[in-house]
Amino acid sequence: MKRRNLMMSVAAGAMLAISTGAASAQDVIRMGAAAPKTGPLAGGADVTHWPAVRLWVHQVNEAGGLQLADGPAMIELIEYDDQTNPQQTIQAAQRMATQDQVDFMVAPYSTGLNLAAAPIFSQLGYPQITGSNVTNQQPELSAQFPGMFFVLGRTGVMAEDTAQVLVDLRDAGEIGNRVALVNVADAFGIEMAEISRDVLEENGFEIVYQTSYPLGTQDIAPIIDGARAAEPDAFIAWSYPADTFALTDQAIVQNFSPSVFFTAVATAFPSFEARFGEQAEGVMGMGGVNPDDPAFQEFAEAHMELTGQLPDYWASASTYATLEILGQAIEATGSRDRAVVMEYLQDSSHEYDTVLGPVQFNDMNDNERYWTVGQWQDGVFRGVAARGRDGAADVILKDGWD
Amino acid sequence: MSMRDLRNLALSALAFGVLALLPLYVSGYILSIATTMAMFTVLATSWALFSGPTHYISLATAAFFGLGTFVTGLGFQTLPMWLLPIIAAGLGAVLAALVGLVTLRLSGVYFVIFTLGLAELVRQVVTWVQNRTGQRGMYVLTSITERDIYWQLLGMAALVFLVGWLIARSRLGFALRIIGNDETVAKHSGIDTAAAKILLFMVSGAAAAVVGAMMAPRYIYIEPSTAFASILSFQVVIMALLGGTGRLWGPLAGVVPFTLLWEFISRNAPNQTLLLLGIAFLLIVYVLPGGFVGLYDRLRHRYGQGGQ
Repeated sequence: MKRRNLMMSVAAGAMLAISTGAASAQDVIRMGAAAPKTGPLAGGADVTHWPAVRLWVHQVNEAGGLQLADGPAMIELIEYDDQTNPQQTIQAAQRMATQDQVDFMVAPYSTGLNLAAAPIFSQLGYPQITGSNVTNQQPELSAQFPGMFFVLGRTGVMAEDTAQVLVDLRDAGEIGNRVALVNVADAFGIEMAEISRDVLEENGFEIVYQTSYPLGTQDIAPIIDGARAAEPDAFIAWSYPADTFALTDQAIVQNFSPSVFFTAVATAFPSFEARFGEQAEGVMGMGGVNPDDPAFQEFAEAHMELTGQLPDYWASASTYATLEILGQAIEATGSRDRAVVMEYLQDSSHEYDTVLGPVQFNDMNDNERYWTVGQWQDGVFRGVAARGRDGAADVILKDGWD
Repeated sequence: MSMRDLRNLALSALAFGVLALLPLYVSGYILSIATTMAMFTVLATSWALFSGPTHYISLATAAFFGLGTFVTGLGFQTLPMWLLPIIAAGLGAVLAALVGLVTLRLSGVYFVIFTLGLAELVRQVVTWVQNRTGQRGMYVLTSITERDIYWQLLGMAALVFLVGWLIARSRLGFALRIIGNDETVAKHSGIDTAAAKILLFMVSGAAAAVVGAMMAPRYIYIEPSTAFASILSFQVVIMALLGGTGRLWGPLAGVVPFTLLWEFISRNAPNQTLLLLGIAFLLIVYVLPGGFVGLYDRLRHRYGQGGQ
């Protein structure tokens, strides 16, 4: 009997969940969001994706909603966990479109999940404005999925700019031409390492040490050991969050301190600075922002106030910007009709005013103005190289870990 | 072939015919769930073909599946699409044969542990090769729709059921049942137990590789961490055990309710999926120890309609 009672209450709870989930109102724009809450990318999504999405919804509703032709509409956000599983991302997008009948969807988190979701967004006619997706395939992707937009930038450009930072330092006589280049052995790391190596070699740099390590490697000590033995002037690691932290940790332990120390993804996370404190000073990484820009400062303050944590210094702002862009397109057309909004977005003459500064999409749906390289300077991760953005700080040399 | 066999064959053919028409009259949402079900049906049924009679729990599904996705990822631009699942099947069978030669002489827990490590091993080999050759990220951009994938998977499911049915009636199937009951007896009866096990493991591995090759266009972006995700192996085992491995249709009886349950939980409690899933799994184990097949057999036995 007890078991039956338990089953009954589970069933009753489930029924309740269905009926509340189905509530709807007239002047509401329903937004669906599926991104990792569990799985390997949950940590990253908790820093970068979810707070930015919730902040935008909160702020729009505070301000009275989005202005449509027939009056204001409040945003209702429906969240799902895609478990960092492309299969679930696809299914959640289907569910949001056909079961929840959302008006618009927030693009998923990360490159892989955004690409997995692209056909379903495209097929269902939803604009997919991505803020945490870096790729070099904009021409092919935008041709196949004309509703897919790219705010964060191109991998190729980021690898080139990182190499260019070294070239500039060398030409200014600040560093020599010995480089240690390591990468995580997956599509991202391999591609980035290859592009940056080409640029460096063309410019007469000597790659004194190059290696890669599998994703999820626990023991990173031999890599730092090998790099240190090669006595490079610059250390470039195309790394993911876990190894970004592990490489930095190990470099401190072994006191490996080249003039340029670069780790890729997650260097821009506030938790990087929280972990390493003053030792983070001078470490370079992917992304960056202009922290002196009042728009970013306002965003960071509101982010802190609502979510209790700071945004990261890279994709948080671009994730938020994707929603600003969508909101502005909806208000400009005064319509919740996806086809109308999509047409507006695809018109490359439109410019959007965002936390990143003005954003415009070219005919490959690609934003051409973004930060490429950043560096921790006085407790802030400042952009030091960018395409089409002002306010890049001067690069400083890393002066030891102490 | 008895009248009963003929009737069952006809009914199965009819069921597949009805399922093949599904994409024509259901929404995209239902179709995406049906595609997931079709995928797990092939994986769980082919898994049970080997693990059912032999009681060797294989956690290698993700290895074969990932191998298949990479075959499509590497080959879809240069080779005709129809050839890719065939190549995947060949490679899957070769990999299974290699693994089988090494491990199937071992028994029980050694085999389980090795197969769990296999997905990781293959993944590391693939990334090593990618790294050495400077192979860029793989974007499988095709015009294949979910509907096409569903039909491919459905065809594959029909094939797996047919193969399973034929094996069960063959000398090989009989040998495997004996091995499952008592391997020593099987050996003493003159059965080459290693060969029988390897052969069936190859069938199972090839099927999983084919599914991977068919699913790759749905993922678009192929990376080792998602292609070889070990959760897939566990899902397949859970679904097959929920259904029960004693009969050919057993895993199917697990796949359908499990996929629906997973979807129900994802939809209504998006923040507690793993927690509720764990609770659901505990309930299944306690309430349905033999899977649905066990329940069905118990009921049949109780109401005296023949049985075994």
